[in-house]
Amino acid sequence: MKTDVLVIGAGPAGLAAAVELRRLGAGGVLVVDRDDKAGGIPRHSAHTGFGGRDLRRVLTGPAYARQYADAAAAAGAAIRQGTTVTGWDGPRRVTLTSAAGVETAEAGAVLLATGCRERPRTARLVPGDRPRGVMTTGELQRRVYLAGERLTGRALVVGAEHVSFSAMVTLAHAGAEVIALVTDQPRHTSYAAFALAAAWRWHVPVWASTTVRRVQGRDRLEGVDLDTAGNTRFVACNLLVFTGDWIPDYELARAAGLDIDPGTRGPRVNTTLETSVPGVFAAGNLVHAAETADVAALGGRHAARGIAAALRHGPAPESVRLPVTVEPPLLWISPNELRVAGPPRTAAPPPAPARGRFILRSSVFRRLARIGVWQDGRRLATSAAYCMKPDRPLRLSAAWIGRADPRGGPVVVRLH
Amino acid sequence: MNVPGSRGARDSHPADVAIIGAGVVGTAIARTLACQDVSCVLIDAANDVGTGTTKANTAILHTGFDTVPGSLESRLLRRGSALLRDYAQRAGIPVERTGALLIAWNAEQTAELPAIAGKANRNGCTDVRPVGTDELYRREPHLGPGALGALEIPGESIICPWTTPLAYATQALAVGARLRLRCRVTGIRTGDTEHQVVTSTGVVRCRWVVNAAGLYSDVIDRMLGGDGFTIQPRRGELIVYDKLARPLLGSILLPVPTARTKGVLVAPTVYGNVLLGPTAEDVADREERATTGAGLTLLLEAGRRILPGLVTEEVTASYAGLRAATADRDYQIRVDRARRYACVAGIRSTGLSASLGIAEYVAGELAEAGLRLAGKPEPDPPVMPYIGQAGTRPYADAARIAADPEYGRIVCHCERVTRGEIMDALASPLPPADLDGLRRRTRVLNGRCQGFYCAATVAALFAGTGPVPAPRSPTQAAVTAEPA
Repeated sequence: MKTDVLVIGAGPAGLAAAVELRRLGAGGVLVVDRDDKAGGIPRHSAHTGFGGRDLRRVLTGPAYARQYADAAAAAGAAIRQGTTVTGWDGPRRVTLTSAAGVETAEAGAVLLATGCRERPRTARLVPGDRPRGVMTTGELQRRVYLAGERLTGRALVVGAEHVSFSAMVTLAHAGAEVIALVTDQPRHTSYAAFALAAAWRWHVPVWASTTVRRVQGRDRLEGVDLDTAGNTRFVACNLLVFTGDWIPDYELARAAGLDIDPGTRGPRVNTTLETSVPGVFAAGNLVHAAETADVAALGGRHAARGIAAALRHGPAPESVRLPVTVEPPLLWISPNELRVAGPPRTAAPPPAPARGRFILRSSVFRRLARIGVWQDGRRLATSAAYCMKPDRPLRLSAAWIGRADPRGGPVVVRLH
Repeated sequence: MNVPGSRGARDSHPADVAIIGAGVVGTAIARTLACQDVSCVLIDAANDVGTGTTKANTAILHTGFDTVPGSLESRLLRRGSALLRDYAQRAGIPVERTGALLIAWNAEQTAELPAIAGKANRNGCTDVRPVGTDELYRREPHLGPGALGALEIPGESIICPWTTPLAYATQALAVGARLRLRCRVTGIRTGDTEHQVVTSTGVVRCRWVVNAAGLYSDVIDRMLGGDGFTIQPRRGELIVYDKLARPLLGSILLPVPTARTKGVLVAPTVYGNVLLGPTAEDVADREERATTGAGLTLLLEAGRRILPGLVTEEVTASYAGLRAATADRDYQIRVDRARRYACVAGIRSTGLSASLGIAEYVAGELAEAGLRLAGKPEPDPPVMPYIGQAGTRPYADAARIAADPEYGRIVCHCERVTRGEIMDALASPLPPADLDGLRRRTRVLNGRCQGFYCAATVAALFAGTGPVPAPRSPTQAAVTAEPA
């Protein structure tokens, strides 16, 4: 089959892109998702707090997912659920598998919006037994909110970022007794209000600077060895939920041979969210794992504008690509490339990124941190003061991008 | 249990042979004997076949190039490997002939290569050849720096360690063998004409006992009056890397072995992943299958040296297996005519590759000792669901999906397992008893997300149609018991 735009992934980024593409008259839009319902991760995030930045109202996850799925369908996008992209058959041609069979889809432009997942216990190399009762928040929420399972017993949550508190609420809802949130960071990295609510309403403490050393239990989970500053203690529990520590779902991006950014581990994207392959775009938590759903959706909307322009004007002329990199303790920046079209110097400045900002991550806590943007020893910008925390977004205004020299070296972002 | 042939705790007629241990060796013996009209009962304490040493190893189909020439292991490994290669092809057991490169990283190891090549020749591997540094890096460009040269063993292959015992057991069941799972042997009473094998679920009467109990073979041996050996469980920890690491290597990458162990290797798997391991550590407990911080650290160091690109990829799984080592270097296979007892022990780490050779040998020894075999040609093996990465699986098979759309509904996205395959496994002659059993039959839940996306769906599918119903509360049971 043929379509103007193929969107892979019907989560917030993919669906928001589909709506915007239709609004801009970009032609036929086909959205495919391997899950049996459109909506993505918010489908099983039963708490409220979705939609603030993109829809200007606050909804629960499932309501938010439904809203986008309905809006995309109403806008005239074709949504194919239960459909998996199993491989590439050309730069903008994919093989699909569904109950309808094995098909090929060819598009004028492709948007990868495959999202991210949590790093499971195995990938974190936590030693010990392999009992039942160990899972990620994703699995927990699907079990509880989509499959209606009840879970009982003592639960321990590994991680103390936003999603960790969400896992705690899900566990409590499912009937489990949450003992604590365990983090190897010196303190939690979520909102103070969440931590206070956890302590006061649920009586769940955060055990900081603590790591899981060993999982115990041959058949069912019996407990874990926790280490705090060299002191190891056994804590009995029946459920162990590994939360956060996001990895982009980059399998298709890598199978396509797209350049991968070593920081985000997702495809390298410029400020229009185009990847290293012309006509292939990427948005959402595939390029910044993980931001909230509304930020992912706004990224999808932004990519739609880039796609519509690319389809209207044809392939972009030869352009200069300036990498944008970070130095430790910063972990990554997204987008991570500036693309300046046309001959250097006479060119127009690169287009602004989504929301006029770059998103960054830090590996450390720091108060009143300032961020500098440098190129070849020349400072392009200095940011305002931040209160930096691991796992939390730092936003850097893109006002400086016009000042980057297309003939210069890479742009480096580091602590001031 | 819904397994055919497992009905009834006490049988009126004694079986010809009771095989204790349904690992790859026990199931191979059961199928070989059952195909010759020998009535067999296959007994295992676990809830499935192949759950001990069989399931957690390096999944290599060895040629036996490095065994002790002239040993029983050498002979049975060479024979078994040839038999299994053919059997696997007909049964749909995934096998890939990747070849192996045994790599020397220093002058001392380089000096050992000719002797290893000579030994390989004496073991019948005549196609082994030296590979120079340039050719080595041309073939394996992602290899870490410092390799000096290698020996190529073209016959070394990778195989699916899960489908193999399942195929054997499925075939054994099809020709009349009985399978008793969740059945722990607690004692054996030996009479003049028959044994009474006392188990946790009743007494099994049989004329002959075959001890293929692996890690517990010394315990069973003592029940029959033996005290010849003690099993020393040796733990091997392994790390499985993401499929995205698969392009980093072409062949199995072996180290030069030491007296104690074959060392840490890097190998592709038939599921498209990359395996790093094993460690070798003697442990006291026969159920100690936990990974350790020290073991994983050791593996990461080895991996970083052998294939630096590997350690930047995500880990999909880590696990530990136990090899049943004995003080002897060779297989301990003895048939005692007077006691009507065959002991098949000390099959440390080559049982998968040698299984059919061992089974053939044991059957021959039993026949010599008086067991009557029909002496007829073997039937074709069963055709097992194909779960390898190299061939076409249902999700990519247009004709199959057209015939049944369930093969187009992918449930496990990382491993691309369809609803159709899960239903097939649940309806198979030897259905899984739990989710781990389903993993070994379909690859479901084995992928990089470890259940983030599909665990809830798979659990529901399993609970809905599996042989073991989900536990219900008394109220629910009462409600469902009312007439509709």
